[in-house]
Amino acid sequence: MSISIEQVNKRFGNFVALDNVNLAIKTGELTALLGPSGSGKTTLLRIIAGLEQADSGIIRFNNEDITGQHVSERGVGFVFQHYALFKHMTVSENVAYGLTVKPKKFRPSKAEIAKKVNNLLELVQLGWTADRYPSQLSGGQRQRIALARALAVEPKMLLLDEPFGALDAKVRAELRRWLRRLHDEIHVTSVFVTHDQEEALEVADRIVVMNKGRIEQDGTPEQVYDNPANPFVYEFLGNVNLFHARVKQGQSSIGDLQVPSPEYTNSEEQDGLAYVRPHEIDVFNLPQPDAIKVKLDLVTIVGPAVRLEVLAESDQQLIHIEQPKEQFKQLNLKQGDTAWILPRYTKVFLGEGI
Amino acid sequence: MSSLAQTQPALAAASLPKATAEPAWVKWTLVTVALTFLTLFLVLPLSVVLYGAFELGVKVWWDAITEPDALAAIRLTLFVLVIVVPLNAIFGIAIAWAIAKFEFKGKTLLISIIDMPFAISPVVVGLIFVILFGSQGWLGPWLSAHDIKIVFAVPGIIIVILFGTLPFVARELIPLMQQQGKEEEEASLTLGASGWKTFWYVTLPNIKWGLIYGVVLCNARAMGEFGAVAIVSGRIRGETNTMPLHIEVLYNEYMFTAAFAVSSLLTGLALVTIVIKSWVEYKDERRHKTA
Ligand SMILES: Nc1ncnc2c1ncn2[C@@H]1O[C@H](COP(=O)(O)OP(=O)(O)OP(=O)(O)O)[C@@H](O)[C@H]1O
Ligand SMILES: [Mg+2]
Repeated sequence: MSISIEQVNKRFGNFVALDNVNLAIKTGELTALLGPSGSGKTTLLRIIAGLEQADSGIIRFNNEDITGQHVSERGVGFVFQHYALFKHMTVSENVAYGLTVKPKKFRPSKAEIAKKVNNLLELVQLGWTADRYPSQLSGGQRQRIALARALAVEPKMLLLDEPFGALDAKVRAELRRWLRRLHDEIHVTSVFVTHDQEEALEVADRIVVMNKGRIEQDGTPEQVYDNPANPFVYEFLGNVNLFHARVKQGQSSIGDLQVPSPEYTNSEEQDGLAYVRPHEIDVFNLPQPDAIKVKLDLVTIVGPAVRLEVLAESDQQLIHIEQPKEQFKQLNLKQGDTAWILPRYTKVFLGEGI
Repeated sequence: MSSLAQTQPALAAASLPKATAEPAWVKWTLVTVALTFLTLFLVLPLSVVLYGAFELGVKVWWDAITEPDALAAIRLTLFVLVIVVPLNAIFGIAIAWAIAKFEFKGKTLLISIIDMPFAISPVVVGLIFVILFGSQGWLGPWLSAHDIKIVFAVPGIIIVILFGTLPFVARELIPLMQQQGKEEEEASLTLGASGWKTFWYVTLPNIKWGLIYGVVLCNARAMGEFGAVAIVSGRIRGETNTMPLHIEVLYNEYMFTAAFAVSSLLTGLALVTIVIKSWVEYKDERRHKTA
């Protein structure tokens, strides 16, 4: 089922939670709504589900306008951050709920319901919890039950609001891979909210980056990560170093360093900001042409990687660098030494910073 | 050396509880005070009621409570309960729902207003309704023109008791429903359940114990309500006297045994209420333990 969101606005009092949002989601895609806290992700998801009403705009499922349709008729599966399992029902009663509340003429027989519940519990690998109460399960197990419950009614789409937000890092990582595999198996159109860029990059077919109620960028994980549309997206999708730059006719100068900026070929000379990711900087133990001379201020080994904090000799700017440990070892450098660095890839945005 | 090392943990363990516990005499003094107080002000009066009721034998007790006026009072009280308790349960659920699950202006004001019946003296409540509905009252002429009798009649009694017991269920449910939020209801709606089914299968089971507790308290208070009823009922024997009013009449006529007999009934109902209430609390506690 495709989803189309057209010019949706939503205010809470004077606060603009969604500002003219347009978005089209294709059938079978797993889309991540990514953005900082308060950017309107949950609000958008709830409007798609019908749990919240937009002030203006249109929502279409498969090109059919369903803006005024009641939640219970939209056929969406919704998974809440805090599970929202029915406390007073067992796991199997929870999963069966959507089937048992169907009007008599659409309701499957008891045996069919039981069979379906079993299959779903197998799908989420929790068959043995059928007779337990939600309070007797761990967070990760509860969320999988919540997912099984949502899938029981064969929803046309699955909406997940920070489904793994309340879990610890390890369970989170496991569950999101599991969600990805599950999605590859059942292919239901899914939208999930997260403010964790790693989660979005790893799991989604498509990432929608939101900020202050607006969509900043929308594309595949590679597109969004490699070609951020603007400084906000660049900064949000990982760590970044910022340099002042002068941009002129397709060339940017960052100190003595010249980098090509073909997208600004026709521009007058003006100020810009250069963005460089920590792992896209090369480090040398000997002088190199154009390289920036720095002092290694801090060397931290984090598992297989080395994180460097270096100070540029010219203006004492702090620069973060990340390298594989092996590679750094070969340089024979240690804290306090002098080194030379060269950005491998630089992205320049015009304007005096953000 | 080694024996010292062995005894030390034991010493530490023995002296540990002392660090947080009060000396024994404090504990025993408090317990004694509490028990004495309970005996003096609860157990003793209750025993007096029962003693007074059965002093002249079960036959006299039975005659006293089956005498026509007494029966009328019992019937009236039960009739009022049957109307008041369900109405206030429904009202309590409705208002708690509105407060807990919706945002609207004047919410805090509404929450304080709900407590009003507790804050106003019952006598004043009675007077308010006499002023409103009495024959000299604001609505009096209109009511008598339409041949509706509220004050000095059963409707008046029902209205003041409704008013007096209004907060019980609502006060019990508001914090409960606020704490539970609306996610479970929303989950139910997304699973295709209608609003009514959601209420029935999700909301009601979640508030069940709080609701029963509120109803029990409401019931207890509705049975015993005196001041406001005394004013609006007009105290017509055999017609508008509820049990507490009937007891007062008997007492004023020096019919102590009969007064105690009817009192023993009210007391019995109160005891049943307390038993139900403890049972509900016990169930609720167990539910929380497993949750
Ligand atoms: N019911 C509401 N009443 C008033 N303001 C609200 C309401 N719901 C959301 N908001 C506001 O709208 C903004 C967007 O909220 P939303 O929940 O969509 O953010 P989010 O992107 O999901 O953030 P988070 O990552 O913290 O969950 C927030 O600033 C929030 O305070
Ligand atoms: Mg949110």
